[in-house]
Amino acid sequence: MSVVNLSEQKLVNGQFADEVLKHTGVNVRDCYQCGKCSAGCPIAFAMDIRPNRVIRMVQLGMKDEVLESRTIWVCATCSTCTARCPRGVDPARIMDGLRIMALEAGKTANAENEVAVHKLFMDSIGKYGRLYELELFLRLTLKTGFLFKNTDLALPMLTKGKLSFLPTKLKGANEVKKIIEAAARLEGEQA
Amino acid sequence: MRYGYYPGCSLHSTAAEYEYSTRQVCEKLGITLEEIPDWNCCGASSAHSTSHLAGVAIPARNLALAEEKGLDVVAPCAACYQRLVTADYEMKHDPALKAKVEQVMDRKFNGTIGVKSTLEAVVESGLEKMTKALQKPLKGLKIACYYGCYLVKPPKIAHVDDPENPMIMDNIFRALGAETVDWPYKTECCSGSLVLSNTDITLKLARDIMQIAADSGANCIATPCPLCQPNLDMRVAQVNKKYGTNFDLPIFYFTELMALAFGVPKADLKFNKHFVEPTKLLADL
Repeated sequence: MSVVNLSEQKLVNGQFADEVLKHTGVNVRDCYQCGKCSAGCPIAFAMDIRPNRVIRMVQLGMKDEVLESRTIWVCATCSTCTARCPRGVDPARIMDGLRIMALEAGKTANAENEVAVHKLFMDSIGKYGRLYELELFLRLTLKTGFLFKNTDLALPMLTKGKLSFLPTKLKGANEVKKIIEAAARLEGEQA
Repeated sequence: MRYGYYPGCSLHSTAAEYEYSTRQVCEKLGITLEEIPDWNCCGASSAHSTSHLAGVAIPARNLALAEEKGLDVVAPCAACYQRLVTADYEMKHDPALKAKVEQVMDRKFNGTIGVKSTLEAVVESGLEKMTKALQKPLKGLKIACYYGCYLVKPPKIAHVDDPENPMIMDNIFRALGAETVDWPYKTECCSGSLVLSNTDITLKLARDIMQIAADSGANCIATPCPLCQPNLDMRVAQVNKKYGTNFDLPIFYFTELMALAFGVPKADLKFNKHFVEPTKLLADL
């Protein structure tokens, strides 16, 4: 439980709200807390802070609490919130931006599984141009024990031919790697 | 119609039966699919979760490749569709972003092409063509059409149909002799993007979706999404174990049932790739 002194909050020019605006193009100040995003969110049950409260906390400048929340990592980006928001606030887009901000700030101690998945996924498409599931699953298992939790699926997936043993390598695989690296460089320069 | 076909990674691995049935259905409806040469992964959902620019530029390379061929893109996978249509939308609405994307992918995109889902492309060929191609009416099937989220949300960008109560797939199946049920979870998320990191969440959502489909009188589910299909079909045993349920609803790709109605032999449709094999349900078809 943290204390927020509303009179001391820079409601109009909050720095965190501006950072989110810069990352996402979405102005959280438009939110009037109707709660529709949380009411319809299929993952709200698994979140530590519900979506409408995340938006409110961004308005209030509670950066550390928001970036360290589980909410931003268990959001599945289904965009039901965005579809229903009467103020056009686009919470799903904000969650994307908050994930990126948490990565930039190195505040991902609460998101080891998710960060591992994203990193291995990006490594895979950087290397091959397309996803090589089998290798991703094996590497993920070393990190999180993924296949040990899904032993009942592994064998049928192989016998039913749902996994390719070999990767497809693109002519342009190197292009995907270059895109990932160039985007990181350009975003780094402009941060 | 001729399209630049973007199968996406799933259709070349976990969803081979979706690939096969998509090609069969399109052929019967006179839709020519020309695979985009050297297409790359769309990045869903790791690219956009880790870098906005890479999240747009990675799918944008595919748009640039299709544009070189002068073809609109058609994508069967809902996640790929959403990433491609988002990249297209963002570049068309934000010239500064487009310039950065062109810089990092070292290719031009002039915005002369568009993006569609296969479901839309199929619907646009017209119900009349479908009823003409109909050989085996889908009698006895009570289908819960499960559109998932990525084809219809966010509706400003991904708008195959209404985000709450889409009907375009329902209309196809009704024209092909099946019943479709009204149910409230047509576009509810299955958490496909969390399946590798938060399986417990996936199992709960899969349970809810199957429960409501069954309660609504469906004897099967049809989806256009290769994340939704395995999230339900492959996870049935885990769901039943965790929640003490007894679900055995077959989960189809919509194109599998269309292909069946158009007379493609059952044996060719690879139903043995399903975890819940629909042998009994399809016995009379």
